[in-house]
Amino acid sequence: MSNVPAELRYTREHEWAKVEGDRARIGITAFAQEQLGDVVFVELPKVGARVTATKTFGVVESVKAVSDLFAPLSGEVVEANTELVKKPETVNADPYGQGWMIVVKLADPKQVDALLSAADYEQLVAGGGH
Amino acid sequence: MTQTPSTGPLKRTPLYDVHVKAGAKMVPFGGWEMPVQYTGIIDEHRAVRRAVGLFDISHMGEFEIAGPEALAIVQRLCTNDASSLAVGQVQYSLLCYPEGGIVDDLTLYRLADDRFMLTVNAANIDKDWEWVTRHGQGGARWTNASAETGLLAVQGPRAEALVQRLADTDVTRLVYYHFARGAVAGVPALISRTGYTGEDGFELYVPAGRAEHLWHALMEGGRDGGIQPIGLGARDTLRLEMKFALYGNDIDATTNPLEAGLGWVVKPAKGDFAGRAAIEELRARGVARKLVGFEMIERAVARHGYPILDGGERVGVVTSGSFAPSVERCIGMGYVPARLAAVGAELDVEIRGQAQRARVARTPFYPSKVKKA
Repeated sequence: MSNVPAELRYTREHEWAKVEGDRARIGITAFAQEQLGDVVFVELPKVGARVTATKTFGVVESVKAVSDLFAPLSGEVVEANTELVKKPETVNADPYGQGWMIVVKLADPKQVDALLSAADYEQLVAGGGH
Repeated sequence: MTQTPSTGPLKRTPLYDVHVKAGAKMVPFGGWEMPVQYTGIIDEHRAVRRAVGLFDISHMGEFEIAGPEALAIVQRLCTNDASSLAVGQVQYSLLCYPEGGIVDDLTLYRLADDRFMLTVNAANIDKDWEWVTRHGQGGARWTNASAETGLLAVQGPRAEALVQRLADTDVTRLVYYHFARGAVAGVPALISRTGYTGEDGFELYVPAGRAEHLWHALMEGGRDGGIQPIGLGARDTLRLEMKFALYGNDIDATTNPLEAGLGWVVKPAKGDFAGRAAIEELRARGVARKLVGFEMIERAVARHGYPILDGGERVGVVTSGSFAPSVERCIGMGYVPARLAAVGAELDVEIRGQAQRARVARTPFYPSKVKKA
């Protein structure tokens, strides 16, 4: 069973969000990286870009597959993990830690309520992830 | 990998349960439910280059033809010259349509003077069987042994020592594209020094019912040598580093052998065969496009179907592409106009609307380690 940290919120597309005040750190889940396999390429928005909840904000590619990244929350990108460009495999090794992707300054903190709880996400993954 | 749509239920090899138990991720491939990876594609790829890997390729098809006219029929169907093949030798060859497009690529085994085996791609078994039995009649009998045959590939620098230890015959005397009969771990096998990885190694044809026994014996015997089961994902990256064509990706009915760089297995001097006239006409005219290997300048993954651009114009198409674990770059194969086919030629690959620079590369991308002598 994949690791699903209790303190994070989740999307149905397998992103996680860690809300810290008016900001949220965003990445993909352990389940997502397992499904993708070896990540070889990560494309992220630049600092200052705006991302919109449920819309794509980047791309992650494994040896076999291309997968869009969907923003859990809307806002302005205030940090992007440029280390992933050089070391994309970090997404596999540490999806909730060093493998984070962007930090967003939230446009509407109430959007957090629409995200899945850890328990809900665990259930989704247990059902095969769809 | 292109997954050919299948109408029926997915087929399984005799080793399906073994793969599931080993934790493999199973995916549909060419109508078969196959392991795409066990531990991870990059890890498996490196295990084959560094040590030894075990592949279940039982999904591939095996046809036999026997009879006084077997050679003549094979000569009419295949592009390469089977008359030059000694008993115990293997040859890479093609089946072509009269228009020159490719029905399938295959390996041809001369089992006896009047008996051959053709190993064909899994997704093409039905199409090929229909093709060879329709166009290859008279004085020989075809047998489709695909369902009764298990096929394991043992590939990597430690493959020879492993197979030698388990075999009752001296496999070290076999060189690339030769085979012998023997028993491996007590299982009667056709031991073929062939593969699809660029590494030294063997492909072992065994009765389907004994494939599992052989699998476990090889895993057990190779444990100290670092053997790992290898899925189709790494099989694909390994063959891509060698620029080996994959039917359905790089070659198909719409591509001809000359543009695919397979003119070396087309032997018009041997006499008539399906596709000969069309291919000779193409040879005289010169091909408009060529299948090249390229490497991406930046880290960006080109994939099957992505456009190849020159000065913003679409001039070609990517047929295979991936991050290549041993080359440690993103590489690919694709068709480009002949004027852009020289090593060093620069072009762009369109990736999600962006032109990414690429350069035609020397191939194979990774040096072949097969046992030539």
